[in-house]
Amino acid sequence: MKFAFTEDQLLFRDTVRDFLAAECGPAQVREAAAGEGRSPARWAKLVEMGLTGLTVPEDQGGLGLSLVDQVLIAEEAGRAALPEPLVDQIGIAAPLLSAFADRADVAEILEGVAAGTVKIAAGHPLDPFVADAGEADYLLLGREESLHLVPRDRVTLTAETSVDPLRRIAAVDWTAGNDTLLSSDPAMLDRMLDLGGLAAAAQGLGLAQTMVDLAAEYARTRQQFGKAIGSFQAVKHQLATVQVAIEFARAPVYKAAFTLGPRDISHARVAVIDAAASAARTAIQVFGAMGYTYEVDLHFFMKRAWALAGVWGDRHYHLARLSRMVLSDDAALGADGTFADK
Amino acid sequence: MDLQYTPKQQAFRAEVRAWMAAHVPKQRLKSYDTAEGFEEHRGWERVLNSGRFGMVTWPESLGGRGADLIEWLIFEEEYYRAGAPGRVNQNGIFLLGPTLMEYGTAEQKARFLPRMAAGDDIWAQGWSEPGAGSDMAAIRTKAIRDGKHYVINGQKTWSTRAVFADWCFGLFRTDPESSRHHGMSFILVPLDTPGITRRPIPQLDGEPGFAELFFDDVRVPVENRLGDEGQGWNIAMATAGFERGLMLRSPARFQETAKRLVQLYSRHEARVSPGVRDQVLKAWMDAEAYALNTYMTASRLIAGGKIGQEASLNKIFWSELDRSMHETALSILGARGELLASGVDEADDITRWLKGFLFSLAGPIYAGANEIQRNIIAERLLNLPR
Repeated sequence: MKFAFTEDQLLFRDTVRDFLAAECGPAQVREAAAGEGRSPARWAKLVEMGLTGLTVPEDQGGLGLSLVDQVLIAEEAGRAALPEPLVDQIGIAAPLLSAFADRADVAEILEGVAAGTVKIAAGHPLDPFVADAGEADYLLLGREESLHLVPRDRVTLTAETSVDPLRRIAAVDWTAGNDTLLSSDPAMLDRMLDLGGLAAAAQGLGLAQTMVDLAAEYARTRQQFGKAIGSFQAVKHQLATVQVAIEFARAPVYKAAFTLGPRDISHARVAVIDAAASAARTAIQVFGAMGYTYEVDLHFFMKRAWALAGVWGDRHYHLARLSRMVLSDDAALGADGTFADK
Repeated sequence: MDLQYTPKQQAFRAEVRAWMAAHVPKQRLKSYDTAEGFEEHRGWERVLNSGRFGMVTWPESLGGRGADLIEWLIFEEEYYRAGAPGRVNQNGIFLLGPTLMEYGTAEQKARFLPRMAAGDDIWAQGWSEPGAGSDMAAIRTKAIRDGKHYVINGQKTWSTRAVFADWCFGLFRTDPESSRHHGMSFILVPLDTPGITRRPIPQLDGEPGFAELFFDDVRVPVENRLGDEGQGWNIAMATAGFERGLMLRSPARFQETAKRLVQLYSRHEARVSPGVRDQVLKAWMDAEAYALNTYMTASRLIAGGKIGQEASLNKIFWSELDRSMHETALSILGARGELLASGVDEADDITRWLKGFLFSLAGPIYAGANEIQRNIIAERLLNLPR
């Protein structure tokens, strides 16, 4: 029993954090929102760092790392509100497709994912829109209980506008065929939802922390009544309360990355949705009227968090799923139940 | 990351489980805040010690097993799973014990720790005073050096377990000219010393869980001082860190409460409003989150890390979780929830919820009020100005 990341994992996380701080700071996010939305130059650097191949098997040119490695990177992508769809590649597409790497066409696609030349969008039938479908080469989609891998030219997209100026979403119209079928095992579709939920939860942790950090930074400098507003307990206690919620959402996310169990994923998901919502609500209050403007960077992080709260099974979906597992007669509950449930 | 218990850890769990099954009293002991219940619980501490389960993290030479923190968590899980009695000596074993190990002389360790482990000395704490609660640096009770003794005069309050305990530890002002956190020393005082008057204070449930202590020319040998003279504040802060941090409230306790809450909800599901389900699930998630967080902290400490501000995060989280679980339970129980005692079968569980609720209200207040913890988080973790 060792509930800790390795030195190497933390070191890699720090490298990615430093990289994103330099290449994807709030000013660059604002720039992206005002311009093209995606930066090919930044994507090329992410590829160069090996990040697009993080969870692609080594046989297909990836690093062959696990979702435990991935969860730390997804958290950093959230912390920076990274516009490029890195997390969907390494948190959803690559882990799902790796199970079919014995198929030559899938193996080739995975090689492209690792090289950053092939992009895959993923959408579960529960969700009305698919993110980054327009730029994708393939889409992972569900129909009835089957999982399909659909080439971009086989779908019709209707673009919609997200509250998050950096999220590109579209409704997808498509016809399933035998040639698009990846798996008719319903567990694979559930797996896609769980991977999506984990990716959203990890990003939510990072987003929530950035919102608190931005608000704390503002509270240190903004003066009223002759003092920094951060010296007032009314402000301190609100931010401290959010920090508590973030800290106690963290371990459930990390555990879910290790077990990939539905009970753990749903727990992580609900905990992060709540922590991030509370971070957004509190941060905008600390910023006051400034927080209500487009001019302060806070909104990029709030909007990403709001959008991610609804996809891959929303709060109600995960609470309902959790209730079926926790309230069942044979649930492993109580003091020795934490690591007994698999 | 490896979230599987090793065979050695599984064997330890099996050993604890078997021992608890054989030794945990079948009948619930009387409250340790009554004279009779206090001695029953002292007896249980002796039983635990006879199985070397008094304090498993202590070295074998002191009656422990040299267990690491993961094994300690396993022990706690089995302890609460078995429904074993509360620890009447928690002030001693969880708070003073670790402090003694860090700051005590070899002589002091040998003198106090084995008797503590055996339940021979039950400890109370002496921090707060009428004018020094959250603002502990306002302590005024003096301990003035007179040859080989300190002479203590003043008053302590909210002294947990002090009505029946054998000893108390606390902070006393050894430099009468000093102020705030300077000039205080950490002193261990036998509660049967002449000049000490104990006034029991009944808690919400009517039982005297704490007391006021009056010191009137109380003479205590100098060798009862822990650490250097004037170093008391720093030692007290270390003790408070243990208290808020890992030891005092292990996750198992809250996981068992969450489990009981799930069971209570299942019995009453048909008649309560649907929204209660989400409160019950939240309780379960939070109890799990606290356990997971503690496993992460334990893994980090085993690898050589130090406990830091997570002590304050923990204290807020478990105390507010405990209160909210009991509120939810009482809301499910509805009109039955007022039953403090009854002859009907069901009443034992109801009374547990009610008494647990009353006690849970103290959680956000003791061990440093949650307002103080939020200040600490804001100032030390988020770097907000004082």
